[in-house]
Amino acid sequence: MSYTLDEMMTVAASRQLKDGAVCFVGIGLPSAACVLASRTHAPNLVLIYESGTVETAPEVLPLSIGDGELAATATSVVPLPEIFSHYLQGGRIDVGFLGAAQIDRFGNLNSTVIGPYEAPKTRLPGAGGAPEIATHAKEILIVMRMSKRGFVDSLAFRTSSGHLAGNGERKTKAYPGHGPQALVTDFGILRPDAETDELVLTELFEGVSAADAVAACGWPLKVADNPGRVAPPTETELETLRALNARTKTAHAAKVTLSLN
Amino acid sequence: MALMSLSEAIRLHVKDGMSVALEGFTHLIPFAAGHEIIRQGIRGLHLIRMTPDLIYDQMIGAGVADRLTFSWGGNPGVGSLHRLRDAVENGWPVKLEIFEHSHGEMAAAYTAGAARLPFAVMKGHSDNDLAAHQSGRTTKMDCPFTGASVTAVRAVNPDVTILHAQKADRAGNVLIEGIVGAVKEAAFAAGKVIATVEQVVDDLGAEKNAVILPHFLVSAVACVPGGAYPSYAMGHYDRDNSFYIAWDDIARDREGFTDWIAAHVTGVADHRAFLEKLGVVA
Repeated sequence: MSYTLDEMMTVAASRQLKDGAVCFVGIGLPSAACVLASRTHAPNLVLIYESGTVETAPEVLPLSIGDGELAATATSVVPLPEIFSHYLQGGRIDVGFLGAAQIDRFGNLNSTVIGPYEAPKTRLPGAGGAPEIATHAKEILIVMRMSKRGFVDSLAFRTSSGHLAGNGERKTKAYPGHGPQALVTDFGILRPDAETDELVLTELFEGVSAADAVAACGWPLKVADNPGRVAPPTETELETLRALNARTKTAHAAKVTLSLN
Repeated sequence: MALMSLSEAIRLHVKDGMSVALEGFTHLIPFAAGHEIIRQGIRGLHLIRMTPDLIYDQMIGAGVADRLTFSWGGNPGVGSLHRLRDAVENGWPVKLEIFEHSHGEMAAAYTAGAARLPFAVMKGHSDNDLAAHQSGRTTKMDCPFTGASVTAVRAVNPDVTILHAQKADRAGNVLIEGIVGAVKEAAFAAGKVIATVEQVVDDLGAEKNAVILPHFLVSAVACVPGGAYPSYAMGHYDRDNSFYIAWDDIARDREGFTDWIAAHVTGVADHRAFLEKLGVVA
């Protein structure tokens, strides 16, 4: 079966999720990856959204972080301050999903601004829960398409901490979580070097060369000796993902009407 | 508590220059109240909200605010809030001063505000560039017991918090069901609370652990069915995701936005007329 790069990225991200893990999910591709995982290899994955929905099992992907579908299928819905204090800061989250406009080689992220903060060239949405997720989740999974603008030598603004300046700085500063453990791109997967914490290309998608990835990256990308190959999506993965996306598309286009009293 | 019309509630409690939080996290966003603030031509507000969402994009674009406290300013799953960006990047229609936080900080700031504490405490470690722009609002400090580094976040206490909920009873107790966000904390943190509700009933019929804002906290209740649309009210109507997607085009340029506000907000009498104009009333 042929497949798109988006589908490959989603499948690759979903495979990073272990069955039974407690996962803090974001909207977009992370939601697709998590729901796909829970419907394939990880049926006991626990999905938590920052809107306070705990252990959700959405039939269709949410457009926003607080769609009714998430509440309707949750085991419980808790106040948002509890999600941040009891669940995240309390150390109950195994995996946090993040993305951003910019990333550096140590997995630090910018989702705030391009240009000076006071007079921005491009004002981005801002932090949301990312700084707390990046700090407290036991590990971080990042999904981003690789580009010179996005994968930069030096961030315009640091919104969330990855491995800081590397070489164990995160550990020295006694961060509760271990930081980014995998970065899924449209070329393959990067993982932190055990010593320096620098993100290194360790696995490639089919039909992609390491040289392609190096050329697309804004920092001098390091490549592991003999990088592995990510297996293409299986038929089950593709069928599950496509059915999910089709249901979602229909749901998001549905006409809403109100019966007023 | 007094039961009154929405226009009366806004006229009575929301004045130029006040700090006002319209809360509700994706769910139960008080759109009707935000539109009424635009309609009444209120100016110089300090708007507070974790996620500005479309309602603050509309209010900022309409020129009601010159300050914004927030923690994530996008159109969820769609992209930018174009009016918010225009105000921050170009000062249109009013230069917007921003007081920016993370979600965790905002949640903590409301929680401290609700308890009338001067600040909240978070576990430290967030090494980011935001802290440099949070003078007077966050600071690192040592735990007085262990010496560990923690972050202090100044409490947020809005002059007025406005929220939408499913039900109120005739005494003014307000029941909120489903995703509650930080509404309860924002309400307790405020000087005054205005609630719009889908319906006013004799008996809330709530479980004992339900989220209920007690009548003595609430200054005004207005019955505004559909008051959260295009956000949603669980049990009454769904989030209109197609409207959130369509907003991207409506808000992209100043002229299109201004025309939309004139036709749908300032050009109609109330929220019912807004809903009818959009053709979403069954």
